[in-house]
Amino acid sequence: MIPTILEATRITKRFDGFAALTTIDFRLLKGERVGLIGPNGSGKSTFVNCLTGILAPDEGSITFDAHDITKTPAWLRARRGLARTYQIPRPFRGITVRENIEVPLRFAVGHTSARAITESAQVILEQVGLGDKAEFSPRGLTQVELRKLELGRALAAQPKVLIADEVMAGLSESEVDEILELLNRLNAEGISILLIEHIMRAVMLFSQRIVVIVAGCKIADGLPDDVMKQEEVERAYLGE
Amino acid sequence: MSNQAASVPPLRKPLPVSGRSRSGMAIILIGVALIVATMLFGSHIGEYYYLATYTILQFIILGTAWNILGGYGGYVNFGTAGFFAIGCYTTIVLNKIFPMPLFFEMFVAAVTAGLIGLGTGYLTLRLRGVFFSIATLALAIVLQTLIVNWSFVGGARGVYVIRPAVSGIFISYVQFLVVLMVGLATFAIFVAWAVEKSWIGIGLAAIRDDEAAAETSGVPSLRLKLIATTVSGALMGMAGAPFPYYVTYVDPATAFGLAIAVNSIAMPLVGGTAAWWGPVVGAILLGSAQQILTVTISSAANLFIVGILLVGFLTLAPRGVVGIVRGWKRGRR
Repeated sequence: MIPTILEATRITKRFDGFAALTTIDFRLLKGERVGLIGPNGSGKSTFVNCLTGILAPDEGSITFDAHDITKTPAWLRARRGLARTYQIPRPFRGITVRENIEVPLRFAVGHTSARAITESAQVILEQVGLGDKAEFSPRGLTQVELRKLELGRALAAQPKVLIADEVMAGLSESEVDEILELLNRLNAEGISILLIEHIMRAVMLFSQRIVVIVAGCKIADGLPDDVMKQEEVERAYLGE
Repeated sequence: MSNQAASVPPLRKPLPVSGRSRSGMAIILIGVALIVATMLFGSHIGEYYYLATYTILQFIILGTAWNILGGYGGYVNFGTAGFFAIGCYTTIVLNKIFPMPLFFEMFVAAVTAGLIGLGTGYLTLRLRGVFFSIATLALAIVLQTLIVNWSFVGGARGVYVIRPAVSGIFISYVQFLVVLMVGLATFAIFVAWAVEKSWIGIGLAAIRDDEAAAETSGVPSLRLKLIATTVSGALMGMAGAPFPYYVTYVDPATAFGLAIAVNSIAMPLVGGTAAWWGPVVGAILLGSAQQILTVTISSAANLFIVGILLVGFLTLAPRGVVGIVRGWKRGRR
């Protein structure tokens, strides 16, 4: 049996009485590629925020790599190997692109040698296609490049699990393929990936399993083709 | 993709790496050189210049200390005067209990202010933005109220401090204080430089730009901010420790003065908060301008000038002198 790397049990999150997430169970296996879909405002990002420690769930527990991390601060989760990108890119605008990558290298991975950090940062930037932008300010990057920077920063943390929150939004078809190829390569290296995405083509191509959240509740979890055939999923996406 | 990339001009070309560890040495060498110069040519300088220099040096330390939390970490501290006054009153208390060497008093002042910085950090650093700033302002007011009601240190009336005899190598006690302050300023600048270039500096920069994203990159933000408040508070307290010997009469209104809080924010902003030398340039610029205007026009013009310069810089050069110099360097290449 393949071991579980990330497991959330009965996660509930309320905002002033509004139930953003209701008893969500979720499991990601080692080396697995899972797609998380759902309409806008269904609670996908809230769920990711609970998983990564940006928000504390009101109920439920989270286990990562055989540790209970429900109360673990976000920075320590990152250090243990749980990395994410943000849906709306959140670069460190006051420092260069390379220094952006150096932050997780220094803090999440724990490199100390300045030379090793600079070299690894360059390798990662090449990997995400920002090699020639190393000394730029993130202020000068395009939306697409900012998404790549998000991805690069998550990769720099040398994660065991990568949560990619809409890294492909607004990209052209060939760029989507480029990112998919990168994600597949990372997955082949052993990183488990949770992909949150609206581009169905990408989700269907990439995912081994798909989880659907609608209005804060998990309504489907299974093989991509099976899930997409479910009536509830169809209704949530296409209307009555 | 690559075509698109090429059309965006680079915003920041790499700065020469050569300055990286050399500036640390340079800071110390300049400090030592200034001390030697003061010792050699001290007798040719009038007492007034010593007093003026003391004030500027004091603001170099305060601005540099403020910048460690405010400039690098993005947490605006309005309570500089509180930490400065902790330094002043530590000296006064120690001096009242048992007169002892100023070096020891400075050390105790730095430790006390550092610990209060750490405590304040614990209580307030969960607050962000303007809420944090208001909390630091409140801290200064609470401390001032305590001092005003503490008769052992003179309460609201204030207290006189007698300068001890000065060692023979100095012409006057004021000259001794200036030499001491050059040393303290050198130390403070060196600390700020070391913080900026170390892992603490890059972590604080990440926190300043986006705290949540910093956390998800593994930055232990609370720990780094606590280091910053402690170091910053300790340097401010250290700057306050010699002050009672400089003015010889201290009352709460002076030690907690508005000018201290305003200047130690204005100077880094005018000089530029992105680099360790920003607050130094800002303090020299604003400090000398204030001294010159106090003599030539009136002492009341002091804060007025700070205000005008601050507004001018914030609208025309929001990144201060550091920003202007970096822009100019970029343009030349």
